[in-house]
Amino acid sequence: MALLEVNNLTVEFKTSQGPFRAVDSIDVAVGANDVLAIVGESGSGKSVSMLAVMGLLPWTATVTADSMMFNGVDLAGLDSKQRRDIVGKDMSMIFQEPMSSLNPCFTVGFQLREALKAHLPLSRRERKHRAVELLEMVGIPEPTKRLGAFPHQLSGGMNQRVMIAMAIACKPKLLIADEPTTALDVTIQAQILELLLELNQQHDMALVLITHDMGVVAETAQRVSVQYAGQKVEEQSVEALFATPRHPYTHALLAALPERATGKMLPSIPGVVPGQFDRPSGCLFSPRCEFATELCVKEVPIANSDDPTSVRCHYPLGKSASVA
Amino acid sequence: MSETLLQAEGINRFYTVRTGLFGKSATVRALSTTSFNLQAGKTLAVVGESGCGKSTLARVISMIEPPGQGSFTLDGTTIKADEPAASEIRSSVQLVFQDPYGSLNPRQKISQILCEPLLINKPEITAAQREEQAREMLQLVGLRTEHYDRYPHMFSGGQRQRIAIARALMLRPKLLVLDEPVSALDLSIQSQILNLLVELQDKLNLTYLFISHDLSVVKHMADEILVMYLGRVVESGSTEEIFTNPQHPYTQALLSATPVADPTLEKNRIQLEGELPSPLSPPSGCAFNPRCWLAQDQCKKESPELELQGTHSVSCHFPQRC
Repeated sequence: MALLEVNNLTVEFKTSQGPFRAVDSIDVAVGANDVLAIVGESGSGKSVSMLAVMGLLPWTATVTADSMMFNGVDLAGLDSKQRRDIVGKDMSMIFQEPMSSLNPCFTVGFQLREALKAHLPLSRRERKHRAVELLEMVGIPEPTKRLGAFPHQLSGGMNQRVMIAMAIACKPKLLIADEPTTALDVTIQAQILELLLELNQQHDMALVLITHDMGVVAETAQRVSVQYAGQKVEEQSVEALFATPRHPYTHALLAALPERATGKMLPSIPGVVPGQFDRPSGCLFSPRCEFATELCVKEVPIANSDDPTSVRCHYPLGKSASVA
Repeated sequence: MSETLLQAEGINRFYTVRTGLFGKSATVRALSTTSFNLQAGKTLAVVGESGCGKSTLARVISMIEPPGQGSFTLDGTTIKADEPAASEIRSSVQLVFQDPYGSLNPRQKISQILCEPLLINKPEITAAQREEQAREMLQLVGLRTEHYDRYPHMFSGGQRQRIAIARALMLRPKLLVLDEPVSALDLSIQSQILNLLVELQDKLNLTYLFISHDLSVVKHMADEILVMYLGRVVESGSTEEIFTNPQHPYTQALLSATPVADPTLEKNRIQLEGELPSPLSPPSGCAFNPRCWLAQDQCKKESPELELQGTHSVSCHFPQRC
C-alpha cells in the first residue's frame, strides 16, 4: 500500500468574485521510498495541493477529497490536534524561501529544538545533542557553534540546510520539498539536491519534490506528475516522460527548453495559463494546444483513474504516432 | 568583422562599508580589474553565482555608477573613472531588469511608462509623435496597440517583461543590458521572451550584455561568455569553447552542477565544497582556492593573471587543457 494516497482532491478558494478552483480532482500516490516530482508552471496548483495534504491552507480554502490516506490514517477526518501530531513529525515540508521561512527573532538552535520538543519525549540535554547531530547530518560545519546563530547570520544555502534539518528532525516518513532550490545558486543547488536524495535513500524517507525546473526533475525524480491549471495532465516514470511525453502540454514544455533547441528560435507555447475568469470550456489546454480540435473545445477530457499511465487528453501523443 | 561597440579596459568598482557602529571601514571588491570587448550585434553573457559581481558590472556599463578605476569605450566615446558621462551617451545603453512585477510603476499607464524616456531625453518631440512611437514599439514587442492605456497590473508576467523591453528600446539604444531577463518567468513564457529578444536583435541590430545564472539559456543566447567568480573574470571565450572545453576548475564545476533535462544522461558531477567566500575578506591568492580540488601551494599565495590564448582566456595557475 502506498504511504500517501489521495484520490480526487479538489481545493476551492472563496474569493470576493466567487469560488476559485485552484486544484481540480487530482490523484496523488507516493510509495514508501518514492521520489515523486510535481511539475507545473505558476498557478498550476502544485503547491496548493501539497499544502492541502499538510492541512496548512487558510480558512478560505475548501478541501474535498474522496480519500486522503497517509500511513493508514485518514487525513480528512482528523481534528486539528490529531493533525498536529502527524504534521511536522511523520510528514514535513520545506519551503522555497529559506530566509523568510525561519523566524528572524530566534536562533536556529532554538527553532530546531522547538520542533523536537513538540513531538519527541526528549530531555533538554538530549534535544541539544540531537540538534547538533541534525546539523551535522545536513552538512553544516561547526554545528555546535551554529546553534547559537540567527538566520540572518547564515547564507541562503545554510538556512535551507537548517530548514531541512528541522524537517527531518523527527525522522519523517514523507518529506515535501516545495521548490527547495529555486532561490539558491547552482553549485549550492547541487549540494542540496544531493543531500535530499541521500536522506531519501539512507533513511527510507519518501520525497515529493515540487518544482518547475525540468533539469532538477530529470536528475532527481523517479516518477513525474505534470500539472496544468490545477489539473494533473499526466504521470509517468521520469525516463518515459522525457522520452515520450503523452500530453501535448508536456510535449510543448519539453520542446521549449533552450537546451533542446535546434535553431535560434525556440518552439514556444502561445498564450498564458488561464486564470480565474478565463477558464476555457472543454480541455483547459485547448486554446494553447497545437493539436486541439472541436472535441477538445467542447468536452472535458477525463483521465482514467484506475490506469496510472492515463493522460488527460482526447488525443494523447505517442499512441497515435505509432498508428500514423 | 563587425566593429567593436564596447571595449572595457581594467574597470573595477570597490565599495567601502562600515562594519558595525564603531567598526573599521572595509572594502568590498565587488568588481576587480575587468577587461573585455563586445562586437556590435553580438551577445556577451556574464555568468556566475550571486555575489560574483555580475550586477555591479551591469551598473558600471549602464553608467549608473562610474568605474572606480579604468575606463571603457562605448561606440567611440570613452567613459573614465572621474568624469561623469554625457547624457547623450547614457541613452545609448538601456537596462531590462529581472522582476517585471517590481520594475514597472503600478500607478503609471503603459503610455506613460513608454513615453517618459522620450519626454526626458528628447524634449523637442511633440506629444503626437511620442504617442506614435510608443504605439509602434508596442507592436514591435508583440503587444497590441489597445494595451496602450492600461495599467501594469492588467498584464501577465511575460507581457510585463515585453513592456519593460519596449521601455528600454524607446530611445533606440545600441546596447541593451539584460539583467536576468527571464529567470522570473515560467518555462513556456521564457521561450516566448527569448524568441522576442533574438528577433529584436536581428531587426534593430542590438548588442546584448546578457546577465544570467541559467547556463542552458546562456548557451542558447550568447556568442561569447564571461565567467565570473568573486568579482573577477575567471574565464572568457566563445560560447562553444566555454561549453566544450572549459579550462578553469570553477567553470567545470559550474557546468557539471547545472541540471540537464535528460534522465538517461550519465551524471559525472563535480561537487563543490563550501560556499562563496565573503567579498569583504577574499582568500589570499586565487579567489577560488578554498573550494578548488586542484589547489596547490602556489594557488594560496599568488593570484593568477588572466592569460589570453587565442580567443579563450583563463585565470588559473593550472588550467585543465584537453
